[in-house]
Amino acid sequence: MPTPLVVSDVAKSFTMHLRDGIKLPVVAGVSFSIRAGECTVLGGPSGAGKSSILKMLYGNYAVDEGQIIVKHDDGLIDLATASPRTVLSIRRQTIGYVSQFLRTVPRVSALDVVAEPLVERGEDRENARGKARALLAQLNLPEKLWALPPATFSGGEQQRVNIARGFITEHPILLLDEPTASLDARNRDVVIELIAAKKAAGVALLGIFHDQDVREAVADRIIDVTAFAPGKIAA
Amino acid sequence: MTDEPLLRVSALSKFYGSRVGCDNVSFDLSPGEVLAVVGESGSGKTTVLNCLSTRLLPSSGTASYRMRDGQFRELYRMSEAERRFLMRTDWGFVHQNPADGLRMTVSAGANVGERLMAVGDRHYGKIRATAVDWLSRVEIDEDRIDDEPRAFSGGMRQRLQIARNLVTGPRLVFMDEPTGGLDVSVQARLLDLLRGLVTDLGLAAIVVTHDLAVARLLSQRMMVMKDGRVVESGLTDRVLDDPRAPYTQLLVSSILQV
Repeated sequence: MPTPLVVSDVAKSFTMHLRDGIKLPVVAGVSFSIRAGECTVLGGPSGAGKSSILKMLYGNYAVDEGQIIVKHDDGLIDLATASPRTVLSIRRQTIGYVSQFLRTVPRVSALDVVAEPLVERGEDRENARGKARALLAQLNLPEKLWALPPATFSGGEQQRVNIARGFITEHPILLLDEPTASLDARNRDVVIELIAAKKAAGVALLGIFHDQDVREAVADRIIDVTAFAPGKIAA
Repeated sequence: MTDEPLLRVSALSKFYGSRVGCDNVSFDLSPGEVLAVVGESGSGKTTVLNCLSTRLLPSSGTASYRMRDGQFRELYRMSEAERRFLMRTDWGFVHQNPADGLRMTVSAGANVGERLMAVGDRHYGKIRATAVDWLSRVEIDEDRIDDEPRAFSGGMRQRLQIARNLVTGPRLVFMDEPTGGLDVSVQARLLDLLRGLVTDLGLAAIVVTHDLAVARLLSQRMMVMKDGRVVESGLTDRVLDDPRAPYTQLLVSSILQV
């Protein structure tokens, strides 16, 4: 099975310069790969560094050590050292990301928030909106909300907009940071269906799910992040 | 997508006597890319902007710009007339204070039309039609076209300044605190407008701001300056979510949460 993303010996710490330069190690020796058509889940308690790993894979957090090799544009690129421009290109074409919270932009409608990633990739705006409508309907977001900016939506409504935005593209790799945290049972099931469809399409998924039911429904493999605790590497 | 940058800046420095304006600033800017330059007053960000837009000559360093024919030209070796032509056609400059970028005593339509005439448009009907189109794109009603900007609110003036700058289809726009001095609600509208125009037109832009929220909304890349030097640069969300330099951490931690 193809492995579009390989992480090897990645380490991350935060240096708090405003707190006398205290160094907070987060993870070390992170090594794993994800496979096409599978959903790999990062497991472990809060604070173990699951989100930090996901953010490094998206270029949102800097990487201190190690490599993150991504198959991009028919070549292999080390995301850990890639230039900002390359990271943007990887985000456009190769790696999609569903964050925990939606960052809203004033005055942009929910429909356009969802359609935007496709428009950025050069798809015709009306086509993109058509796909956005289909996804929002599938996620049971009331139609009367589609034309409104999501800033005033409830947490669950915002999350569904965020999920639709993340799932609308055909990125070969998709990162999911607790996409079901504030959803009710019916919509959790929709997300499980969406993940199954991505797997069937050969997408490599990597996610964090605190919800036991969802995790069991989608996970092909669970990686225990506590194995990457910074103290353990020396032992 | 071409990998060739639009602008190459190398070791740009500007000294005012023994005081440092900016020191050893280097970066590339690609077509369609928006770079935010952030830092507090006196950090040198406006000096960088003014040097790049050739409103100010640097003490040392180079900046070359890829002209429409694909050739790179060294900005500080061009003649004054060539630079002025670039400024009128291929570049835009949005000032913090719209009065610095507009002619306050001629009509809104003329403010927009003037830039078109500068690039050789002579047909009155066409110029007026383009002006009307641009006013509507920046959300100014057509019936205000004959009013002078003196009669406009601050937000409207700023939108008019943007229309005046973008009407010639520039490839690079310099912006100096484009939302500074505006009410928050007016700011949001202007930011949204700018964001849409930049994406639709594929503009490259260098935006100087001290407002990190503006930088996050408009830019893909960010450069943090302090005492004339670049202390950190990278992807905008990386710099804001995982700031590495002590000064960037201070800036990010000083944002008020609402």
